[in-house]
Amino acid sequence: MDTKENFNTKIKSVKERLSFGHSVSEVLGDLVESISSINGQLVYRCELDKLIQILTILKSNDKLDFSQLTDLTAVDYPGRFLRFELVYQLLSISNNQRLRIICPIDDGQIVPSITSIYKSAEWPEREVWDMYGLFFSNHPDLRRLLTDYGFEGHPLRKDFPLTGYVEVRYDDINRRVAYQPVQLTQEYRDFDFLSPWEGDQERIHYSLSSKEKDNKELGKSEES
Amino acid sequence: MGEMQIRPLTLNFGPQHPAAHGVLRLVLEMDGEVIQRADPHVGLLHRGTEKLIEQKTYLQALPYFDRLDYVSPMNQEHVWALAIENVLQIDVPKRAQLIRVMFCEIGRILNHLLNLTTFAIDVGAMTPLLWGFEEREQLMEFCERASGARLHAAYFRPGGVHQDIPDGLSEDILAWCDKFPKFITDLETLLTDNRIFKQRTVDIGILTDEQALELGMSGPVIRASGIPWDLRKSNPYDAYDEMNFDIPVGKTGDCYARYLVRVEEMKQSLTIIKQAISKMQPGSVLAQNNKITPPRRGDMKMSMESLIHHFKIYTEGFHVPSSESYTAVEAPKGEFGVYLVSDGSNKPYRCKIRAPGYFFMAAVDYMSRGHMLADSVAIIGSLDVVFGEIDR
Repeated sequence: MDTKENFNTKIKSVKERLSFGHSVSEVLGDLVESISSINGQLVYRCELDKLIQILTILKSNDKLDFSQLTDLTAVDYPGRFLRFELVYQLLSISNNQRLRIICPIDDGQIVPSITSIYKSAEWPEREVWDMYGLFFSNHPDLRRLLTDYGFEGHPLRKDFPLTGYVEVRYDDINRRVAYQPVQLTQEYRDFDFLSPWEGDQERIHYSLSSKEKDNKELGKSEES
Repeated sequence: MGEMQIRPLTLNFGPQHPAAHGVLRLVLEMDGEVIQRADPHVGLLHRGTEKLIEQKTYLQALPYFDRLDYVSPMNQEHVWALAIENVLQIDVPKRAQLIRVMFCEIGRILNHLLNLTTFAIDVGAMTPLLWGFEEREQLMEFCERASGARLHAAYFRPGGVHQDIPDGLSEDILAWCDKFPKFITDLETLLTDNRIFKQRTVDIGILTDEQALELGMSGPVIRASGIPWDLRKSNPYDAYDEMNFDIPVGKTGDCYARYLVRVEEMKQSLTIIKQAISKMQPGSVLAQNNKITPPRRGDMKMSMESLIHHFKIYTEGFHVPSSESYTAVEAPKGEFGVYLVSDGSNKPYRCKIRAPGYFFMAAVDYMSRGHMLADSVAIIGSLDVVFGEIDR
């Protein structure tokens, strides 16, 4: 019985969310590129130059009332034409609805800061600058946030190694913290977890073919 | 003598200051004893949790969540379990939901006990800390009996909880629930009408409801500012929709209101724990899905299939279809969320952790401007910050 009732409430809330999504789309009109519902959550995609306009409307519209920016982050897709995705999570407390705005951008593109609309974006934008190296224009104080003073690189980019490039230790002789290139006493163990039965066909194929090649070369040398 | 330009005094607060609640370096620009600008330097506890999670399987990433807000570990695990359950669309057995709710509320009391008492010691009251830690120890013992660890439990798993609670634990928790109200009364006798405590907290660090929304506040802080917003009510997860409890709301939005809200929340948590225990029926505590949850130990010894599943789950892990989701829970400090992007492999592609304390810390500059130096300590204490989750 319990599970059935739960299921019904879930359906109802999804329906409500979709009808709310329609009213959001009516307000935003052509500003957004695509609208989708992923796992029952509203996701809007837009272009970078429309971002400020969309957020201003969402916050100032009395009916929608997205009064809080819950979170702001980025995701790195090195293979894509536009490498990064900026993700804005909005919350409307009066409507009890959430909304996600995703905005694809390229490496090196300058993002307009939204701190003038949502003050809570200040630190998350600093963090995105720190972790991904995306520059925000008109930000009041765009310094690095979480990494060390004088840190180089942007750690959450997919091409940044997990171990980093430098390590620190306390230098007893000079009586200060010393930086030096990372030295691993053991190679980083990157397990291939995919199962030997179905995963990684390419590597198996490659190793087989390289063996054949080796054999051929051996044969050649014998011939000569 | 002509006009002289006086440079404000720059004062370093922390990172080794007992009232900094961990490793906070606060650079204060002072005009006499009045703060003109506060610049928190965070990141001294940055461990790269989000990067590490990208390298681990979904199950291996779970213990990292214990280590974020180490004051109430199980609430953090909860959001990770819920995020995976949301993407995989798996249902959790009723008993597991109730156990989770019970331990979440125990986590809330653990958190508030630490926060209220350290807040008290920051503004000059020593005794509550000593009393509070004794109660915390008993609660952590309950966690230990269920999971084997006092703090880093790794108890909540995708699909339920790792193991059923041992016999007698719920009776002991109920017995504890009966004597805990006396502790709250004692705590309130020491603090609520205490003249010194009130002088240090009333009308200090006031946040109006609009400011609280603007600054991204959540949890007890936003409720102390008069907004009745609680994710357990507005977006109930697990068995919270069956629980009957009230949301305490403050009127003034100052440090004292935040204290009062937390005290009342502890009382409400007690009623939720009692309800959860009374609703518990014997049954399974982990979803029966051999591709995601491990088989029982007994089955593993008897059945070849189970042994294979066990091996696969703990080496390769489970694969999560390409999707994304933002899941949030009402952690003791506020809205704790995870934005999970999966790509169909056995590791998360991106996991952004939204910690409530992060936004509290960002607001310290805004809140402490124009206050005295000693007030900044009260503001930080009342905001309830833990650097495990801020620095990640």
